[in-house]
Amino acid sequence: MSTATDVAAARDDRVASRPLAARVLSRPEVGSLVAAIVIFLLFMLVAAPFRNVANVGTILYGASTIGIMAVPVALLMIGGEFDLSAGVAVTTAGLSGSLLAWNFGLNVWIGVLLSLVLAVAIGAFNGWLLLRTGLPSFLVTLGTFFILQGVNLGVTRLATGNVASADISDMDGFASAHAVFGSAVTIGPVNLKITVLYWLVLTALGAYVLLRTRIGNWIFAVGGDAAAARAVGVPVRSTKVGLFMAVGFCAWLSGMHLLFQFNTVQSGEGVGKEFIFIIAAVIGGCLLTGGYGSVVGASIGALIFGMTQLGINYAGWNPDWFRTFLGVMLLLATIVNLYVKRRADLR
Amino acid sequence: MTHKLRMSLLAAGAAAALTLAACSSSGGKQDNADDTAAAGTANTPRMTVAFITHSAPGDTFWDLVRKGAEDAAKKDNVELQYQSDPDGPGQANLVQSAIDKKVDGIAVTLAKPDAMKANVTKAAQGGIPVVALNGGIDAWQGMGVLGYFGQDERIAGRAAGQKLGTEGAKKTLCVIHEQGNVGLEARCDGVKDTFPNTEKVYVTGTDMPGVQAAITSKLQQDKAIDRVLTMGAPFALAAVQSVKDTSSAAKVVTFDTNKELVAAIKGGTVQWAVDQQPYLQGYLAVDSLWLYKTNGNTLGGGQATLTGPAFIDSGNVAAVEQYANNGKR
Repeated sequence: MSTATDVAAARDDRVASRPLAARVLSRPEVGSLVAAIVIFLLFMLVAAPFRNVANVGTILYGASTIGIMAVPVALLMIGGEFDLSAGVAVTTAGLSGSLLAWNFGLNVWIGVLLSLVLAVAIGAFNGWLLLRTGLPSFLVTLGTFFILQGVNLGVTRLATGNVASADISDMDGFASAHAVFGSAVTIGPVNLKITVLYWLVLTALGAYVLLRTRIGNWIFAVGGDAAAARAVGVPVRSTKVGLFMAVGFCAWLSGMHLLFQFNTVQSGEGVGKEFIFIIAAVIGGCLLTGGYGSVVGASIGALIFGMTQLGINYAGWNPDWFRTFLGVMLLLATIVNLYVKRRADLR
Repeated sequence: MTHKLRMSLLAAGAAAALTLAACSSSGGKQDNADDTAAAGTANTPRMTVAFITHSAPGDTFWDLVRKGAEDAAKKDNVELQYQSDPDGPGQANLVQSAIDKKVDGIAVTLAKPDAMKANVTKAAQGGIPVVALNGGIDAWQGMGVLGYFGQDERIAGRAAGQKLGTEGAKKTLCVIHEQGNVGLEARCDGVKDTFPNTEKVYVTGTDMPGVQAAITSKLQQDKAIDRVLTMGAPFALAAVQSVKDTSSAAKVVTFDTNKELVAAIKGGTVQWAVDQQPYLQGYLAVDSLWLYKTNGNTLGGGQATLTGPAFIDSGNVAAVEQYANNGKR
């Protein structure tokens, strides 16, 4: 004799709906969101300029320059790979756009397009070499990191005789390119840089692709277990190469901002930023082992970075301790993240 | 003609047309006349000089030092071996390798004197003439070094502070782009000596957007700031952007120059720069080693030879500009 309760009990618990709170709390980005709110409240309390609406633009700008790269880096990490060359690739993109246009006297836009091709090609090369050799991406991209660092310096010196790219602000197409990559709009009291817009668009796009499309499923699959993913027909190679190319594309976008915001690019820049991108992704809930993470989380990670970096300034704290404070913040954010996730998984 | 070939010819033609149409009518490399100082070459025997600095790769300032050293080397028939390592022990190791190679002279920066002392003393005692430049003005005399070419950072800072005072500035923000660099600290401390209302802010020099955001936030936090004093030319140009963003009335002034900065002084976005003539430091270091080797000459009479501070402002920028365009100022 079967009753209603028996039917419910017999239902497959894998598809049973969990309580809303548990579902929300088990999202990878929740920990970072909590941390972001805590840091936000902290600086709201201690730093008067932090409360000024007009300064939101500065904080968002600081966050956006990290966030634009944190989004593809997070996707790549979910796909199970690292890119240590992401920081200097930004400089490479900026330099190549500037140097190509300057050296050959081209319209700036041609330099911009050639730089795009180069940046995406570097990403593709990383992915190709990784799959070709089977080496860990940590090693492959560490190699590219050093290669690009040297190329940035060497080629810049060869082309200009200096270690910074020449000022291209007097060349054709600069004004329009500056409008696209380096402009700002003032909304009320807030001065918003265009990078903030790019950052938000990339975050939305990245989150949509990851959570709502087949490609997103592929990314989770190749990061979780590449062999199993291949066995069920996921195109592992193209997914991974595509992810590296996405990093290349965003490096190009950041590089163009660097170039058109400052008119010249210093060839030694960008070293060390790759870790900031990875850290933002990790704060946002990405696992170092791949297969788990969130694009929105990575963007929140970038926001945490931006708030902390500038919040210390706004609060007027002794800057000797800046790095220490940053380190403590990062550890706390990650621990909160871990704790929230464990609690959610227990339910 | 096969279809494929025709298509590729078409593509090549289109690309060529695009390239022609894509040329910039202004700017670019064609504007730059190469104007290398073409002095004669000495007929003294070839000698080798190791030039060892603490520069981070890709710094425009050090590029000028290197150019000075290279020009002097060319003129004096010197084989120049330029090396650098921002890390103290690493730089000391480069001095050791120069000793191992038995070079004829060493020019070295002493920004981290404690790390350098042992190896520099060893080189001097071993009969290799050593000159110091740029950093370590308080430390070089104890190491057997023949001479020192550079700027006393504290004096330069005081000079900058005095200038700020006479201009009627109210509050200065001193932007340090390398946390822990004693030279930069000394500059800001010097500024503080003569212009007490000075506040330091630390930024990460290898992250330009970060530098800009940090200066912007500081300007927003403290409206009393009416001067932003940076420690390097690229940072001054970032500060100009920050001032523009905050529509603050603060003026930008800086230590050290490069080509773009000279243009900014000419354009009025940067008020003035304290110039320590890096080209001269590099040049004198190599040239003095050659003089010592050839004639036994020394420069400075046991005191530091100061290459700065000199000020570049709207009054003399026109004269400096032509040298800056050649990468010599």
